[in-house]
Amino acid sequence: MTIATDDAPSTTSKLNEERASGIAAVSQSRGDDLIGRSVTINRPRDELFAYWRDFSNLPSFMDNVEQVDILSNTTSHWVVKAPAGRTVEWDAIITEEKAGELIAWTSAENADVPNSGRIEFRDAGARGTIVTATIAYDPPAGVVGKVIAKLFQREPAIQARRDLRRFKQLMETGEIATAAWTQKQRDEEKA
Amino acid sequence: MRALTWHDKHDVRVDTVDDPEILNPRDAIIKITSTAICGSDLHLYDGYIPTMQAGDILGHEFMGEVVETGPKSTLQKGQRVVVPFTIACGSCYHCGKHQYSACDNGNPADNQDIGQEMYGQPMSGLFGYSHLTGGYAGGQAEYVRVPFSDVGPIVVPDGLEDDEVLFLSDILPTGWQAAENADIEPGDTVAVWGCGPVGLFAVQSAFLMGAHRVIAIDHFPHRLELAKKFGAETINFEQSKTYEALMEMTGGIGPDAVIDAVGLEAHGFFVDNVIDQIKASLFLGTDRTHSIRQAIHACRKGGRVSMPAVYGGFVDKFPLGAFMEKGLTLKTGQTSVQHYMPALLHAIVEGKIDTTFLISHRMSLEDAPKGYKMFHDNQNEVTKIVLKPGFAVAAQ
Repeated sequence: MTIATDDAPSTTSKLNEERASGIAAVSQSRGDDLIGRSVTINRPRDELFAYWRDFSNLPSFMDNVEQVDILSNTTSHWVVKAPAGRTVEWDAIITEEKAGELIAWTSAENADVPNSGRIEFRDAGARGTIVTATIAYDPPAGVVGKVIAKLFQREPAIQARRDLRRFKQLMETGEIATAAWTQKQRDEEKA
Repeated sequence: MRALTWHDKHDVRVDTVDDPEILNPRDAIIKITSTAICGSDLHLYDGYIPTMQAGDILGHEFMGEVVETGPKSTLQKGQRVVVPFTIACGSCYHCGKHQYSACDNGNPADNQDIGQEMYGQPMSGLFGYSHLTGGYAGGQAEYVRVPFSDVGPIVVPDGLEDDEVLFLSDILPTGWQAAENADIEPGDTVAVWGCGPVGLFAVQSAFLMGAHRVIAIDHFPHRLELAKKFGAETINFEQSKTYEALMEMTGGIGPDAVIDAVGLEAHGFFVDNVIDQIKASLFLGTDRTHSIRQAIHACRKGGRVSMPAVYGGFVDKFPLGAFMEKGLTLKTGQTSVQHYMPALLHAIVEGKIDTTFLISHRMSLEDAPKGYKMFHDNQNEVTKIVLKPGFAVAAQ
């Protein structure tokens, strides 16, 4: 078994074993694909944590998440856009939480798209906070589903990067940048 | 509203499109009173910049009157403002360092993928300059939506004409930043390639920063005349050998600092340039780069290279050896317009910088396609075209 000897995160590893250990590190991980994305946001850690912890806020910057209903302090119900106008739904359970530092979640049994992940918040001094999302998931309907998903730009790696950028925009500027110049155009962009 | 739209290479039209609306809290809507065609608009016109889409509204040098404001805008209806071409949020790390053109948030999240793939990190949004820079509608129109209006636009004091302040939007700060990037020391000789608007403002700026001599290089006699007016010595590269002339004019040393204000549409039938043109037409390489090569070749040992010129992609035959062996320093980048606007507005009010000399033509927005063609075909006499939506259409 080859284990990397460098300091790079396992999400960027070329080695299968190293990626597997990254997936295993996501608590109660579901799925065998791994994405890691970091963004630095020029706001205090506690403020970012608080906004994210209220999962009903997530649709404001996650483009493909239509709605999140809070069921209890640790459970929520997600409605997520899928290719070809479909939606997929699942219940998510918070599996680990450290105030101001991290939230980990996993989908309940029988989720349409099994997924799990963690979001971590680390101080970055004068630059604000480094926010790292690590997501382990099973792509819908295997490889073909992933290709279709990519065509519809719902491919999770791209989506995660864009969602984190929107989170940063919202937290830093109070709004999400758009190049549309009419409301109609913006609505079409979001559709 | 009426707006100048891009359709294809050498095909721009004035179309009727939807009026812009306030979409975000910090937005403002500006009614355009003056908007210029920039030399870099010709890069779009000539099809050199990728990610353009039919119907895109062009224009990134504009000013006008505030007609509508979002709840978080600090502007007031009726104010006259000049709008910077870089769209910057004012609240990210880079804006905090006044690196506005590197703003993290000015470019919509989905569009940032293009810059991330091409350049490693996405840059700020720009008005009217392809989807690589956000896909924002530009200001060659009757109205424009201005995001982050509490950070960008500068209010024009009463008593100043549009023509005096319009160039605060891009080319004056760009010429100024070019001179600043040359790290000019008293007694320096600075050579400037290209006497377009940016080059001419770089000439003025270099003198204001203490350059002893400025040598301006071009082949358009009228543009060289303008450089001469500001005290520059000139080299017409069609009549003289540029490198040899620079070496003789500097006593064999070479210029202390060189400024490439030409960029990817360098004219001239030099062997490497012709090869570049062939490659560009075959999509083998996107950028034509004679001026930067020549500037590096001529620059004195240990000198500074400033590159305001626009490049978009990859180049080959870049003289990396000369660059390393001579120990040169290169500074470049899109202009952080917001950083320079207040001081340059002050310099205009004080009469230290002349801007109106540049304008050769004023015409109606409706005549914009004609303006593009004129500017493209006759760069000797056409130094700057300012479009005025209120102007009468010229008789045919």
